[in-house]
Amino acid sequence: MTINPTPASATPEGGHLLELRDLHVEFRTNEGVARVINGVSYHLDAGETLAVLGESGSGKSVTAQAIMGILDTPPAFVRSGQILYQGQDLLTRSEEQRRQVRGKEIAMIFQDALSALNPVFPVGWQIGETLRQRAGMSRGDARRRAVELMDLVKIPGAAKRIGDYPHQFSGGMRQRVMIAMALALDPKVLIADEPTTALDVTVQAQIMDLLADLRRELNMAMILITHDLGVVAGVADRIAVMYAGRIVEHADVRSLYKAPAHPYTKGLLESIPRLDVRGQELSTIKGLPPNLMRIPSGCPFHPRCPYVQQVCVDEVPHDLVLGDGRTSACHFAQEVRDDSVAR
Amino acid sequence: MFRYILRRLLQMVLAFFGTTLIVYALTFAGQGDPIQALAGERPVTPAQRAYLTEKYHLDATGVGGFFYRYFDYVKNLLQGNLGESLTGRNIGDILQQAWPVTVRLALIALAVAIIFGVTAGVLAGIRRASIFDNSTLVLTLLVLGIPTIVLAPLAQYFLGVKWQLFPPTAGSDPTFYALLLPGIVLGSLSLATALRLTRASVAENLRADYVRTARSKGLVKRRIVVVHVLRNSLIPVVTFLGVELGNLMSGAIITEGVFNIPGVGFNLFRGIRTEDGPLVVGIVSVLVVVYLVSNLVVDVLYAVLDPRIRYE
Repeated sequence: MTINPTPASATPEGGHLLELRDLHVEFRTNEGVARVINGVSYHLDAGETLAVLGESGSGKSVTAQAIMGILDTPPAFVRSGQILYQGQDLLTRSEEQRRQVRGKEIAMIFQDALSALNPVFPVGWQIGETLRQRAGMSRGDARRRAVELMDLVKIPGAAKRIGDYPHQFSGGMRQRVMIAMALALDPKVLIADEPTTALDVTVQAQIMDLLADLRRELNMAMILITHDLGVVAGVADRIAVMYAGRIVEHADVRSLYKAPAHPYTKGLLESIPRLDVRGQELSTIKGLPPNLMRIPSGCPFHPRCPYVQQVCVDEVPHDLVLGDGRTSACHFAQEVRDDSVAR
Repeated sequence: MFRYILRRLLQMVLAFFGTTLIVYALTFAGQGDPIQALAGERPVTPAQRAYLTEKYHLDATGVGGFFYRYFDYVKNLLQGNLGESLTGRNIGDILQQAWPVTVRLALIALAVAIIFGVTAGVLAGIRRASIFDNSTLVLTLLVLGIPTIVLAPLAQYFLGVKWQLFPPTAGSDPTFYALLLPGIVLGSLSLATALRLTRASVAENLRADYVRTARSKGLVKRRIVVVHVLRNSLIPVVTFLGVELGNLMSGAIITEGVFNIPGVGFNLFRGIRTEDGPLVVGIVSVLVVVYLVSNLVVDVLYAVLDPRIRYE
């Protein structure tokens, strides 16, 4: 079977455009097995932006690569779970069928555009390659379309710069080239894996604005992977917070910022420097993220958590539904949220 | 780029005079009585001695005399005259005969390195840790560990004498077939190095971020490897092979000696053994030029292959 390339209406009634169900991924290395993703579930509907937030090693990029089917196997193995795209499980598809989905249905942009672009080919060639190889365009057509795409992502003098190599561009312009390449086949889902991490602060804002504008114009759905809470606020509709390969909190942006219901999210929000509160020491989350080969018992966050009780050591918390589609994987979700409101 | 090449050419002039001076000094400065060395065991008559002293300007002694003779030599060299060997043959003629043989041998060796070394290196790099990868590792380490002075006689004895698959020696004006076995022996070292280098480079590039990007574009695996990975990983390999061709062209003293191939290395070896100063200096001077030019070509090639390299 093939994946139907018509818009979101093809999604079965009541289903989501993209849905992850209880995904488990592990890395089998010589030192042992690292459980990188431990039961991640989230969904994405047409035209919305989901931010996936978490520190390095929390599994947010691995989840994205599992969706794309570009994990390096070995060492990475998808142990169980489902990745439903338009109602069909990608994990049961053949490699060839998954390849057809890449770029055309779900496209991805990466963190460091300098290393993510091939250093020895001109950028126009690299954008055009997708069009030639995937859409069967002629050399000339692909070139013309590549210029259009570079115009779309607002690269000044696109027609003149099409023959330039990646190293001849600034960081921001390089990331725009990446975005142009990802948009070549009009994907319905764009996964942006820390698209602004390698950039200057001013350029970061420009790229985020560009992504938000393009998402609206092209009516895509977007998964924005980031560790930067500041980046998320203006762009995302919903946020999924990841810790040790799990989604610990899931909420719409507004209510999450107003009253986080997981101690980890709360800690993250409190560690953002604020311009309106002066003279206070910046709070941090104590300790380090867990070693994924030895994830702590019970709630993986318990060694660092200020709310920790015996139950946290003994029992893995289930997603607690808090209403308005909010969930929090914390035994004391209510208390944490009420604390946050009171503050 | 043009200015870079010009500057390199000027540097080559300096390097050329520097190396010839050193070789000239090492060859002649240590000689006790060059005329007696020339004559060997036979006695030298006063008339002969006077003639030779006149001819080689041996009457001027000390450092001044040395430079006098050196500049005399360079003057002839710049006029394209490499002088005569002590046996009275024109060195230019000797090289004219020897060079085509050495070039043919070098090209066979290089072809062996490219066809087997690069191909096996690419396969080993793609199938990391496979049986094929591990066996090439063992074989290349073995080849790299055996010096040519051992490998060449062994190959000659077994393949040439015992099983008679190849002619054991080449002789004057050798055929392609006669040069094949020496070519393989000579190329085996370049082959092993090319294989290791290609394998490492391919393995490294397969893990590069741009490969992940190419996969996320939905390209087929074959295209990712052949177009994206090979184009990047062969840059150092081509550079190595360029330098290696320069090395091979300058003659293989041991291989040519063992298989009796009348090439450049063979003549150089004979020159050293018979203390034929003019012959040694003449050949080495030309080798220096070959080496300098091939290195320049490799550096320019590097910039052509890798757009990130720009020479100012």
